[in-house]
Amino acid sequence: MWLKFEQRAEPSKVISYLSPLLAVGLMFLSGMILFLILGKSPVEGFKVFFLYPLKDSYGVAELFLKATPLMLCAVGLSVGFKANVWNIGAEGQLLIGALVGGGLALHFDGSNSLFLLPSMILAGALGGMIWAAIPAYLRTRFNANEILTSLMLVYIAELVVSWLVHGPWKDPDGFNFPQTKLLSAQATLPILLAGTRVNTALVIALGALVAGWIFMNKSFMGYQMKVAGQAEQAGRYAGFSAKRSVWIGMLAGGAMAGVAGIAEVAGPIGQITEHISPGYGFAAMIVAFVGRLSPIGIFFSSLLMALLYMGGEQAQQYLALPSSISKVFQGMLLFFLLGSDVFINFRPRLVRRRK
Amino acid sequence: MGLSFISSILFATVVAGTPLIIVALGELVTEKAGVLNLGAEGIMSVGAVAAFAVAHHTGSPYLGILAGMGAGMLMALLFGLSALTLMANQVASGLALSIFGVGLSAFIGKPYESVALASVDPIRIPLLHKIPLFGPSLFEQQGLVYFSWVLIAAVAWFLYRSKAGLILRAVGESPVSAHAIGYGVVSIRYQAVLFGGAMAGIGGAFLSVFYTPMWVEGMVAGRGWIALSLVVFATWRPGRVMIGAYLFGGCMITQMFVQGSGARISIPAQFLSSLPYMATVVVLVLISRNRSTIRLNSPASLGQPFLPDA
Repeated sequence: MWLKFEQRAEPSKVISYLSPLLAVGLMFLSGMILFLILGKSPVEGFKVFFLYPLKDSYGVAELFLKATPLMLCAVGLSVGFKANVWNIGAEGQLLIGALVGGGLALHFDGSNSLFLLPSMILAGALGGMIWAAIPAYLRTRFNANEILTSLMLVYIAELVVSWLVHGPWKDPDGFNFPQTKLLSAQATLPILLAGTRVNTALVIALGALVAGWIFMNKSFMGYQMKVAGQAEQAGRYAGFSAKRSVWIGMLAGGAMAGVAGIAEVAGPIGQITEHISPGYGFAAMIVAFVGRLSPIGIFFSSLLMALLYMGGEQAQQYLALPSSISKVFQGMLLFFLLGSDVFINFRPRLVRRRK
Repeated sequence: MGLSFISSILFATVVAGTPLIIVALGELVTEKAGVLNLGAEGIMSVGAVAAFAVAHHTGSPYLGILAGMGAGMLMALLFGLSALTLMANQVASGLALSIFGVGLSAFIGKPYESVALASVDPIRIPLLHKIPLFGPSLFEQQGLVYFSWVLIAAVAWFLYRSKAGLILRAVGESPVSAHAIGYGVVSIRYQAVLFGGAMAGIGGAFLSVFYTPMWVEGMVAGRGWIALSLVVFATWRPGRVMIGAYLFGGCMITQMFVQGSGARISIPAQFLSSLPYMATVVVLVLISRNRSTIRLNSPASLGQPFLPDA
């Protein structure tokens, strides 16, 4: 007997929603096998990784805190991904957003203006957009592959951050640590719930999800981008500009990643350091795919991804495993999703092997 | 600027370019079969850590290379399952492989972060290595450096002079036609992907066992992505991969020499470190701006999934 895939007449809507759930299930399962291989009890491992992080309300609050940058980056990226614009440099756009927004706060240090925080957020978005505009320009003007250029810019952004915090922006009273001054209270995002670290960035992220939904489902431009992604030739025939899709896709991703960056600096971190993001920009790609590029899906998948980050920390503390285990889980999740997606377009069938 | 200084720059350039040549040639063959595997960075990372671990436990750097190669092929198999068997989007599958591989290598490599490997003596070609200026760069190198040169010739011969290479290119240009004549498109693509994985694994092994020699999380530092860009730079031609790899190798070592030359030059170290990445962007722009060059040279079915029996 031989497993064969038969093309469905139409892609299955039901399976496109079930497939992320199947992927999560497979990830849980292989996670438990992984714990077994590592000589830990699978049940204990599962508990530590997926349940401990949420054992109290503080844990739940932390989950939302960590999901915030993921939500922001993923909703921005999803706009581009819909149109097959592969911006994989959100991590770099996040960092430059953090620098521009944080730089503004440091420049106006001590200001009491009510406009300070909003302008920091805008500056963050602008920073991310500038960094995303480079691959967009190179793609539309010179046909350079945006996957490779946007990724190269991540490495460059990391080096720019490193240079600033080791050099010109280093806190003179910071015992020579590579970090800037702490941002003042006026330049820090207000906490939403007393006793937790959840701040107003969550509100911005939820707003971004709504805005993303309206753009993709209710605007003509969003429709054009979907057409460009699903049927490129139909889009061209209808006269939809491919260049505009690239620009909008890249800039949306850059702006949201930039906001995520400044929200981290003006939120839980409170200053610019070399460790603004534990790979949120990359994880957000997985969030976008697992969330089916839809804002509602992204909301849930960003919480799941945040849980994977927290699970890694717990595994380090209680199971003596390196926290990079989160990234193993993240990668597995995306693989399982891509694998499960085959059932959207194909029906598996057992057939007799041909001679 | 004595002769010995220039000689050592040449030497370091060749060493830094070697992993790029090996990985880029592997990817070139993969892409010639019509498959875009963006997972090179992840495969290199896993190859590097596997090679390091085996070299550390067995004491044999050459067993390490084999381990790196094997690990690379396993990773490539994962990509093949996703992109070839399950017909998932190749770009997304490659990204998944990169994310997974970089994470997995960090996870496996944690216990090895404080371990050092003995450096391996180079293989000296008698007499020739004494040639002034070029001797050490060309004739007093690690085995894998010689391997990289043989590989260029072998890949060029395979693609353009052998029947198997012709079939592989046919699969990359028009899988439907190749399938109609009776060639197994998916199986040929699997072989090409596995070859690419083996080469990326060896490239990673070279970094951790011979180049540094040690394991640090993130030590591949974008070389997998640079190798992908090199394939575009070389317009899918094996000989040009070498030129590109040494250009980038030169770019990477400039930083060491400028910093080593004393503090007279006040260029931030980070700026010098960013040169290879900036060079990659510039080079991509210069090559890609001529659309017809890319269209003429890139395999026509690159990145398109192939559905058997459709």
